[in-house]
Amino acid sequence: MTAIAQNDLEQVESKPKKRTASAFQRVFKYSAARLASLLFSVIVAIFLTIIIANMGGYVDELRMGEIRETVVQAARANVAYRALPPDQFQALVETQIQEQAHVEGLDRPFLLRALNYMKNALTLNLGNAVRMTSDTGSKQVRLIILERLPPTLLLWGVSGFLLFFVEIGVALSLSRQYGSWLDKLFVTMAPLSTTPGWFFGIFLILIFASFLRVLPFGGMVDAPVPDNTLDYSLSLAKHLILPTLALTLSQVFLQIYNWRTFFLIYSSEDYVEIAKAKGLSDKAIERNYVLRPTLPSIITNFALTLIALWLGGPITETIFNWPGLGRAFYEAVQFYDTPVILGQTVIYAYLLAFTVFLLDYLYALVDPRVKIGGGSQP
Amino acid sequence: MKEILRSLRELKQYPSAVASLILILLMVGASVYTIFAIPYKEAIRLWRGSEEDWYKYPKQAAPIWTNLFSSKKQPVSFFLNSEETDNPHVDKQVETRADGSRKITITYTFDYNYDDFPQDMALYINSDYDSKKPLVSVTWVTPDERKVNVASFSILQRDVYRFSQDEKLGRILRAEPMIGLFADPAQELPTPLKGQYQMIVTGSVFEPDTTLEVELVTHGTLYGLAGTDFKRRDLMVALAWGMPIALSFGLLAALGTTITTLVIAAIGVWYGGWVDEAIQRITEVNSVLPFLPILIMIGTFYSRSIWLILGATILLSIFGLGIKNFRAIFMQIKEMPYIEAARSYGASDARIILYYLTPRVIPLLIPQLVTLVPTYVFLEASLAVLGLGDPFIPSWGKIINDARTNGALYEGLYYWILEPAALLLVTSLAFALLGFALDRVFNPRLRDV
Repeated sequence: MTAIAQNDLEQVESKPKKRTASAFQRVFKYSAARLASLLFSVIVAIFLTIIIANMGGYVDELRMGEIRETVVQAARANVAYRALPPDQFQALVETQIQEQAHVEGLDRPFLLRALNYMKNALTLNLGNAVRMTSDTGSKQVRLIILERLPPTLLLWGVSGFLLFFVEIGVALSLSRQYGSWLDKLFVTMAPLSTTPGWFFGIFLILIFASFLRVLPFGGMVDAPVPDNTLDYSLSLAKHLILPTLALTLSQVFLQIYNWRTFFLIYSSEDYVEIAKAKGLSDKAIERNYVLRPTLPSIITNFALTLIALWLGGPITETIFNWPGLGRAFYEAVQFYDTPVILGQTVIYAYLLAFTVFLLDYLYALVDPRVKIGGGSQP
Repeated sequence: MKEILRSLRELKQYPSAVASLILILLMVGASVYTIFAIPYKEAIRLWRGSEEDWYKYPKQAAPIWTNLFSSKKQPVSFFLNSEETDNPHVDKQVETRADGSRKITITYTFDYNYDDFPQDMALYINSDYDSKKPLVSVTWVTPDERKVNVASFSILQRDVYRFSQDEKLGRILRAEPMIGLFADPAQELPTPLKGQYQMIVTGSVFEPDTTLEVELVTHGTLYGLAGTDFKRRDLMVALAWGMPIALSFGLLAALGTTITTLVIAAIGVWYGGWVDEAIQRITEVNSVLPFLPILIMIGTFYSRSIWLILGATILLSIFGLGIKNFRAIFMQIKEMPYIEAARSYGASDARIILYYLTPRVIPLLIPQLVTLVPTYVFLEASLAVLGLGDPFIPSWGKIINDARTNGALYEGLYYWILEPAALLLVTSLAFALLGFALDRVFNPRLRDV
């Protein structure tokens, strides 16, 4: 990617007048290159995941089990086999299983098998779960995972938004009152961010659910699911408060500290002094001379936060019984449901790659000095 | 090296750093003490929770100090054994009768000044007779001089009499046994009568060599400094052992990750070309490799051994974000004259990387290393909360997991969760505070803001 981007940068610099004309082309080129590079990473990551999983032969076992099931079922349904004595029937089924295993390449060398599995994993074509089912009753891993995706995205999105605006607001106001007791308080609280979301979650449940009994212990909606949309959203909002708070608390202190520091550094730049001397309002100075130049660093920082939110997800969801991907992951671990665990790992790889890609764009969007495809990376 | 020592001296200016340093030293001391006081194998055996080790302990009992915060005093668990001849609460008399049999009278005397009833009482009886079973009768004397004939029975060599499970006793008392024995008859609502109680166990043994030892075990609702869990285990074992486990996991993971990352970044920068390119590619792949899911996968498919998880953690973290930071710094250092000088006198690549490049970043490395420790301490706890803790070793995360899955939050058994949580928090904050202070000492630019 860097090589392509570098070329592009030179082109842009040598023909500055054509910049707008080729903007679309540049964005397209950049996106394609970035996507290709990320896709490559995802493929390698999933390949590694498969290798790790199959080192103990788990994926092989999985495939064999599935083949056995389909072959036995087909044989049972076949009228022609009904008359066969049991031992002959068994032998027939065994040979058919062996044949099918050969067709699917289960007797091929490890690396080739892994490649085959990788193809299936990339398309989430992971067959059936051992014990888990989706709410619609399907045993397909793909359906189970896709069904759990929206709650996770909701929790993640709300926490992400909340984090972003709380952090910007608090950090800005702290940078205005540098040295005040509030500022010092937040600086001393920064180390709290080493604690993960589930840890805050336990305390929140303890205080608000167990002790004060004002908010639910967990789950996503009330037990008889409300039938009209308004009640449903209210119930959802009520259940969303604690998990969101837990995820936010786990990140917010350190980020406020970091952003406040960025703001302070940029507030002491010469051009800010000049703006002040010109008599611009505080608001204008903040918006145009402090916030604008710090946004790129803030976004990079925020990217790491979002990724941390992904990784903290499984446990926070488990603690709050949030019916998302993370909770499904926990259930899969409890049931030893190998296909689901594999599928989950794959979908997390996708989500991570998607986040990285999205943030690349945001980054270029807020920083006028970085043109998409302009090559200057943080 | 001198620079590092001088910087460490500067730490004295930060009270939070000094406090956290003292705290860390205390924790290391406590860990070393624990390892010697309860050897590793003993800890594992105890935590497996066999009946033999823990029968004396009440189930899910809160720690004793919770009484300090409550006006209603909860009963504390205690045990009295007739083998303890010097215990003033236990009295044992032996009388020989004319027919050669002996009458053994064991009297337990204890004060009961609590506002609630105990969970249970039990007599653990040990007697080695050959063929003729001894007879035992139990009498209960309340502070107001009432006498209750609790039970009479013949015993096996090892026998247990549980008061709460004796239905006959319940009929005699016209109440649940534990309530009937302790309740004040003058009160309408069941309230324990305070004062000195006596339990008299009279045994008749018929063989000359037969011994009779009886242990009175009272399961209150409180026990010890840490309390107990659903398997009657004393939480102190796991709280104490959690310390060395957390510290060693956190420190080893942090050390392993930062140092390998540092060396790899240096190698990449020094050799450049395809080596550097490969390292960057791996870093990018690593950035989409879902860390926790893969650890979970390893825990489920292979082994939950804490050492395997530690190894996997280090391997997955080597190509983390740290590599980019180190790389940027090494790029600058690589161009410095002293590296040029080293190269000109013929220093080997390994020598340049290990002796000239990497030491330059140590000031940056130390704060990072210290701040990473709590991350890994919590990682271990997180995996345990997901049910993937090491199956044998007691750790803080495993206590939290036990408590959570056994409904400690719903039933209000807060001590069960708060004790390991407080220890986790103190440990992580100590390292995080130290890391922050070190960051300021080693990177003076941060000091102004």
